[in-house]
Amino acid sequence: MSGAASYGPYEPRGSGRVLESVAAWMLAILWILPLAYAVWTAFHPAEYSARFDLTAPLTLENFARAWSAAPFARYFLNTVILVALVLVCQLILCTLAAYAFARYEFPGSSIAFALVLAQLMIMPDVLIVENYKTLNKLGLVDSIPAIALPYIASAFGIFLLRQTFKTVPKELDDAARVEGASALQTLLKVYVPLARPVYLAYGLVSVSYHWNNFLWPLIITSSVESRPLTVGLQVFSSTDQGIDWAIICAATLMTSAPLLVGFLLFQRQFVQSFMRAGIR
Amino acid sequence: MKRSTAAIHGWLLLLPAMAILALFTHWPAFATLIDSFFSTPRPRRPQRFVGLENYEVMLSDPVFWQAVSNNLWFAAWTIPASIILAMLMAVLVNDRIFARGFVRMAYFTPTVLPMIAVANIWLFFYTPQYGLLEQILGFFGFPSHNWLGSKDTALAAVTVVAIWKEAGFFMIFYLAALQQIPPHLAEAAALEGASRWTYFRRVQFPLLMPTTLFVLINAVINAFRMVDHLFVLTRGGPDNATTLLLYYIYEVGFSFWDTSYAASLTMVLLAVLAFTALVQYGVLEKRVHYR
Repeated sequence: MSGAASYGPYEPRGSGRVLESVAAWMLAILWILPLAYAVWTAFHPAEYSARFDLTAPLTLENFARAWSAAPFARYFLNTVILVALVLVCQLILCTLAAYAFARYEFPGSSIAFALVLAQLMIMPDVLIVENYKTLNKLGLVDSIPAIALPYIASAFGIFLLRQTFKTVPKELDDAARVEGASALQTLLKVYVPLARPVYLAYGLVSVSYHWNNFLWPLIITSSVESRPLTVGLQVFSSTDQGIDWAIICAATLMTSAPLLVGFLLFQRQFVQSFMRAGIR
Repeated sequence: MKRSTAAIHGWLLLLPAMAILALFTHWPAFATLIDSFFSTPRPRRPQRFVGLENYEVMLSDPVFWQAVSNNLWFAAWTIPASIILAMLMAVLVNDRIFARGFVRMAYFTPTVLPMIAVANIWLFFYTPQYGLLEQILGFFGFPSHNWLGSKDTALAAVTVVAIWKEAGFFMIFYLAALQQIPPHLAEAAALEGASRWTYFRRVQFPLLMPTTLFVLINAVINAFRMVDHLFVLTRGGPDNATTLLLYYIYEVGFSFWDTSYAASLTMVLLAVLAFTALVQYGVLEKRVHYR
């Protein structure tokens, strides 16, 4: 990634570089095309939806109409609450569990760890039928906690933090204990600060996952009060809109905007977080 | 600290996470198995043990087989296509091409967007007459075609969306791996007079193997759980041509409310995932570790 380093022997130079750049651009344009088309449609009056004319007037009208046609403000609020709730619970539960796995020896810990890892394969996404039954019995159907609950003990988070905690030198732990710190104080004062980049990485991945999650919220919610953006968008675009593409595109961009803007601003952190989160 | 105190502390720390996992992962997986042997409770007919009846129904259910074959087809295309594209993208943006930042962003952007939003965009893209695809093809003189509405092309159309969404995500893992390959390997290969292609095939590609395994496992899992786009694009149609397994489970469970049959279908999905896990930990993990 460093710009100043010398060229490797296989890095294209001169005409080869131009050729490879053109190939990369063509793929990039192809990749961004559907999105660019949606942006065009959303920012122009409906009559330009499928007509390209550089003199077409720009407008925010479509966004205003989409915003007033459905309770998007409420959906935004629901999603923000959901994402925050999931993240806070995940951080607490995963930190505690990861600490136990990293620094305690107790009977059954390896079986418990295997049971945790099972969730990497059998994720809540596929257990929709039984989880619905459970939440129905708990009387929580159609609430934001119901969307969050199946996800708050994340095997992935536990695994990631356990790996990180294991790299913390045992001497630091001992030193804190000698000073008279309790187990929880040691965790908060020694381990958590040292794992800050991992928390950031995990946080970004978790937020984007739950901002985008759809199937489970669709099943478990049925009212405006609990529906997150993704489900709200689907309800909005599949019902009363007919096919006013300009408005649908505006609504679509609106719901993705916070993540998209966040991604464009913090591109490096995003990419590195996904990378860090993926490499085990 | 005494051993027993440590054990108690350890379990106490673990307790909240284990309780949630047990309630929403272990128990439902077990309950799925149990429910698959029972009938669905109805207002006038309570639940009763039916043995393998749900599975017999499943084996003679043409929609189930259609969903299985659709899903295998979907997997057979999305997995290799997204991996190869991801590798290609990573190699391209690893080199010093012009406007590399823009190119990398273009590849990765689909990953950050919600699948449901992406599906809306593609629905518009595919729309007969209006859509961009139709306009481009029309420009070159091709006749109009309803990509999502006809049985022959609907599955391919939703598969393309999945590949588009995934390739950029996998790219970053390859990019990370490529950047970790020590430069002296390239220098040594160049001294030996190896071509670019030989260098890729004999040096880069083998060193990317652990990444490929990781990406492969993710791609397999995604191929069986990625259904969000179907809700917008096709709703499983036309005539079940795009029904994937998880989508069918959703339909049976939450449109027809036949929860026991949905449980048997879920067992098939769980079997696929368990098999993937076995392959990962049993076979592949031993063979492809360079680190």
